[in-house]
Amino acid sequence: MKHIAIGILGAAALGLTATAASAGTLDTVKQKGFIQCGVSTGLAGFSAPDDKGDWQGIDADFCRAVAGAVFGDGTKVKFTPLSAKERFTALQSGEVDILSRNTTWTINRDTALGLNFIGVTYYDGQGFMINAKKLPGVNSALQLSGAAVCVQSGTTTELNLADYFKSNKMEYNPVVFEKLEEVNAAYDAGRCDVYTTDQSGLYGIRLTLGAPADHVVLPEIISKEPLGPAVRQGDDQWYHIVKWTYFALLQAEELGITKANVEEMKASDNPEIKRVLGTEPETKIGTDLGVSNDWVVNIVKAVGNYGEMFERNVGSGSPLKIARGINALWTKGGLQYAPPIR
Amino acid sequence: MQEHDTSWVRTEMALAQQAPAGVRGPGAWVRKNLVGSVGDAILTIIGIALVVMILPQVINWAFLNAQWTGADRTFCATVAQGGIQPDGWSGACWAFVNAKFGQFMFGRYPIEERWRPILIAILFVALLVPLLIPKVPHKGLNAILFFLAMPILAFILLVGGMFGLPHVETPLWGGLLVTLSLSFVGIAASLPIGIVLALGRRSKMPIVKALCVVFIETVRGIPLITVLFMASVMLPLFLPAGVTFDKLLRALIGVSLFAAAYMAEVVRGGLQAIPKGQYEGADSLGLGYWQKMGLIVLPQALKLVIPGIVNTFIGMFKDTSLVYIIGMFDLLGVVKLNFSDANWATPQTARSGLIFAAFVFWLFCFGMSRYSMFTERRLDTGHKR
Repeated sequence: MKHIAIGILGAAALGLTATAASAGTLDTVKQKGFIQCGVSTGLAGFSAPDDKGDWQGIDADFCRAVAGAVFGDGTKVKFTPLSAKERFTALQSGEVDILSRNTTWTINRDTALGLNFIGVTYYDGQGFMINAKKLPGVNSALQLSGAAVCVQSGTTTELNLADYFKSNKMEYNPVVFEKLEEVNAAYDAGRCDVYTTDQSGLYGIRLTLGAPADHVVLPEIISKEPLGPAVRQGDDQWYHIVKWTYFALLQAEELGITKANVEEMKASDNPEIKRVLGTEPETKIGTDLGVSNDWVVNIVKAVGNYGEMFERNVGSGSPLKIARGINALWTKGGLQYAPPIR
Repeated sequence: MQEHDTSWVRTEMALAQQAPAGVRGPGAWVRKNLVGSVGDAILTIIGIALVVMILPQVINWAFLNAQWTGADRTFCATVAQGGIQPDGWSGACWAFVNAKFGQFMFGRYPIEERWRPILIAILFVALLVPLLIPKVPHKGLNAILFFLAMPILAFILLVGGMFGLPHVETPLWGGLLVTLSLSFVGIAASLPIGIVLALGRRSKMPIVKALCVVFIETVRGIPLITVLFMASVMLPLFLPAGVTFDKLLRALIGVSLFAAAYMAEVVRGGLQAIPKGQYEGADSLGLGYWQKMGLIVLPQALKLVIPGIVNTFIGMFKDTSLVYIIGMFDLLGVVKLNFSDANWATPQTARSGLIFAAFVFWLFCFGMSRYSMFTERRLDTGHKR
């Protein structure tokens, strides 16, 4: 009762924001005029503020892509930074419309928490980084027997590490720290030979080391961390829009549609491109979804295709320089695959 | 009649003379304070050695080698790290603080609207300074302006959405703006609430007393993190679906009530230190309860507990950083948030950012503590020793 009283008071003071989770999210979003997007409290390449304070990164750009599809304008997004603990509540309570916050897709989260993952925008996994000067000639994690490994305590990372070394019958010395900063400092100071955490994180950490060139990220991935956006369960229309925005990003890359050439591509004779870009006569793909027929054009205009989004935020266009790896399209040996848009 | 021989009596006062050379001047000060005994001498040598070892490096890092301007990480990274500095370089990356300064102060407050917090800051200083200097007249008017008019004006200006000002949602607020808003409201609200709670706890009315005791002990029994966490994570689940209310407001209420419980106990300490004679004296003059408290007891009690009150203020000022866990960014939160910007990721970034944040926090806390000492001396009329 007291909470409700405070709630009413607060609402009176600062303006009530009713998002009415029960009504269709698409209608609410259109009425609001923007998408409320839940991002992280800072993860390089995924969601981090630039010098102006605008959110940049794959996760932030994904929300811009959805805004492109819904409004034809990628700037109609408002970002809510969420801590790891409050992220699911924020989605459940309707505080955000999309949770795009480097969240690992697991069965528990998909079924028990009242949310639906729409796909995997980034295949991550636990990896190893070594100091190549201290361990010359090592190019596989299987050669790490007897190494001192820096790891953050109380994380699944620590458990995965133990499993991996045990199953490969190797010995190791864990050097365990409570805080991420301590692990970084210890590794940089040479307290251990190997650093293990999510591979995308390793690239970010490498930038803060004294001599980044000496450090190599090994190819092995020892755990699956599929990161993807999630929406509330029970709103199929919104779920479909967000899911197919992701697929459209992939399809655009597959067809070679980029931010730069999307206008020219509209004149293309290729039936597949015409279908995707909604230039086919009497197409209903977009309107059936609940958006306009040129939705893919708008998505690509907002953020480019998936490949452009990747390279700009974490790949060669960013200081992180992460290789595409398993995040390449299926046609190039990766796992990113979109069902046909037809 | 016996004659008095007064030739041995001095007829004029002896002139005051300087103390002997051995106990005055810098030499004597050094002898007394630095090398008074063998132990002192050893400590002095260790101290000087430490200063000589550390100070040049600190100055080198923070000033001489520091990079003051730059557009991205390359300015603060060595060649081996992909930057322009010579290998082996180590210096503060003030360029990072420089580039992010607007964010550190205002968070993501829209750049074209930042004149609003700046105006409030100017007003804040312009009203606070005369309030703090005892000689400036019109304290009553000044206090009304500062504690009543300014918060209302600040609310209108900062939140906007009226008088043609665009609305700025509080999730966009951040940095020092959030730190100061939280502390100002916390300080301004916790002292009166704390006084009322302290009086209530000493009240003879059982229900009032019980309510105050329960509130104080409950709030003191849980950590601030839990209060904030409840306000940000649990509260939305209790509210009707889709109804949310402002996160900053939730934090403001949480922090104020939390500080008020501590303040109540500090004030109660002061109330207990007032001798019973004062209460009885007030009673015998025929003063009512509020007159007795307002005119006789509280002025003495509050004066006694100034260090405790300021202690609570300073503690609260620093505790505002905990709003980081509910996804709000005070000064420290914004600084840490920007470590995740890959364009500025260098070995020096985190150090420089944290030192800047520490410096700003120190500036405010030191200011508060010096002013409280000044006030103590000024009000120390009855117990001067």
